[in-house]
Amino acid sequence: MTWNQIFSTSVGKKITMSLTGIFLILFLVVHAGLNACIWAFDEGETFNKAAAFMGNNWVPRVLEIGLFGGLLLHIFQGYSLELANRSKRAVNYAIPYGNKGSKWYSRSMAILGTLLLMFLIMHIYQFWTPSRLGGMMGIEKLPEATYNGKEIHNLFYEMKEEFENPIIVVFYVLACASLGYHLAHGFQSAFRTLGVHNKRYSILLSSLGYGFSIFVPLIFALMPISFLFKLV
Amino acid sequence: MAHKSMNLTLKVWRQKNAKTTGQFESYQVKNISEEMSFLEMFDVLNEQLVQENKEPIAFDHDCREGICGMCSMYIDGKPHGPWQANTTCQLHMRAFKDGDTITVEPWRANAFPVLKDLVVDRTSFDRIIQAGGYVSVNTGNAVDGNSLPINKNAADDSFAAAMCIGCGACVAACKNSSAMLFLSAKVSHLALLPQGDPERSTRVMNMVAQMDKEGFGACTNTGACEATCPKEISLSNIARLNQEYLLSSLTASN
Ligand code: SF4
Ligand code: FES
Repeated sequence: MTWNQIFSTSVGKKITMSLTGIFLILFLVVHAGLNACIWAFDEGETFNKAAAFMGNNWVPRVLEIGLFGGLLLHIFQGYSLELANRSKRAVNYAIPYGNKGSKWYSRSMAILGTLLLMFLIMHIYQFWTPSRLGGMMGIEKLPEATYNGKEIHNLFYEMKEEFENPIIVVFYVLACASLGYHLAHGFQSAFRTLGVHNKRYSILLSSLGYGFSIFVPLIFALMPISFLFKLV
Repeated sequence: MAHKSMNLTLKVWRQKNAKTTGQFESYQVKNISEEMSFLEMFDVLNEQLVQENKEPIAFDHDCREGICGMCSMYIDGKPHGPWQANTTCQLHMRAFKDGDTITVEPWRANAFPVLKDLVVDRTSFDRIIQAGGYVSVNTGNAVDGNSLPINKNAADDSFAAAMCIGCGACVAACKNSSAMLFLSAKVSHLALLPQGDPERSTRVMNMVAQMDKEGFGACTNTGACEATCPKEISLSNIARLNQEYLLSSLTASN
């Protein structure tokens, strides 16, 4: 059995979804942890320094390439699975089984994922592009901040400016809600796909999954809210 | 207890054969006893249709006691009707009220094409079993119980998985028309016992390949299958199947 064959069956494709999903979950932890530095209440100094470290150190930069790769694979595989799965029932039921048999969000991963993708495009355009590619190809540069005589990007100031706009804040909060529901199913589903079936671990993982899907999106949602209400 | 009877409207899917497109037809049935089974109510309706010189409704059934898995009816938006852990033949009319309208559809999945009315072709399940759902050697007569020690939990899980009657309700309930609950029951039931152990890797690989070939979808762990399964086959069997698949592919020698 070749690697290609292993990953191209319906079970194999789910393994790809699950591994990339877990990788993205780990990324969320790092991202949330780093951004939580805005609550150091030092006008963004800690946060800007942490962001500069991530931007200038080669380890996170290499991981970042992996992140984009994993993300693209997750998106591509997700859509291809969704399309394939939808094609398996040519005639639909007059009365759908609906919420009687499963949670709505577990059946809506593609829609939730699409909302997240739309958010991500905007988010990358707002923050990632100017911070990594600012100055190149006519992309607007980020403002700079100077700490101990060293100039680094003032991402904190950029966030402050962006999140003055309540429409953007509402959009971010809605994206966090989509993320929460996507994770509420995705987290435990990823581990099931990897074969976790012992009662002990599946109970642990599903509680951990629900906890994670509430806690992490909440942290993210509180960031734009904090800026909007000038709490930081 | 007072014996109740009811009058009902039935909306039933009628389809001449696999090539035609079908449609719903409405029928009235009167004086249906609450003690009748759902299939007995269909017998009454069919008798009525025969007397009116109309074509009776084709539906699958065999044992009528919840063990053969033939009675495939999607009733009011749920395979096997409103009760939990129950087959259509074991569904009784007391589940309904006088004056109800009941909608009955066949299993819907490309891998289960409708043959006529409510009868679907489930030979795709047979071909999945033929791809590996067996032990290749004759294991002989039943041996003395203690000559082959088996872990109690493994035996319990294997028996629970062996409860699957191959009815296909899991496929019918799944938004992806996935056969993973069925397949995982078959794989688990054999993999957990020493007789099934030697062939466990080839079995899972071949059965998954056949499932894909038959046109079933991929599992996304929504749990709709488990919720509708008349034999309460647990979703954790699917996770076990995934583990079998992963280990088999990682340890394959070629
Ligand atoms: S797993 Fe349950 S629903 Fe699926 S075929 Fe077996 S008995 Fe029927
Ligand atoms: S007729 Fe055999 S299970 Fe219903």
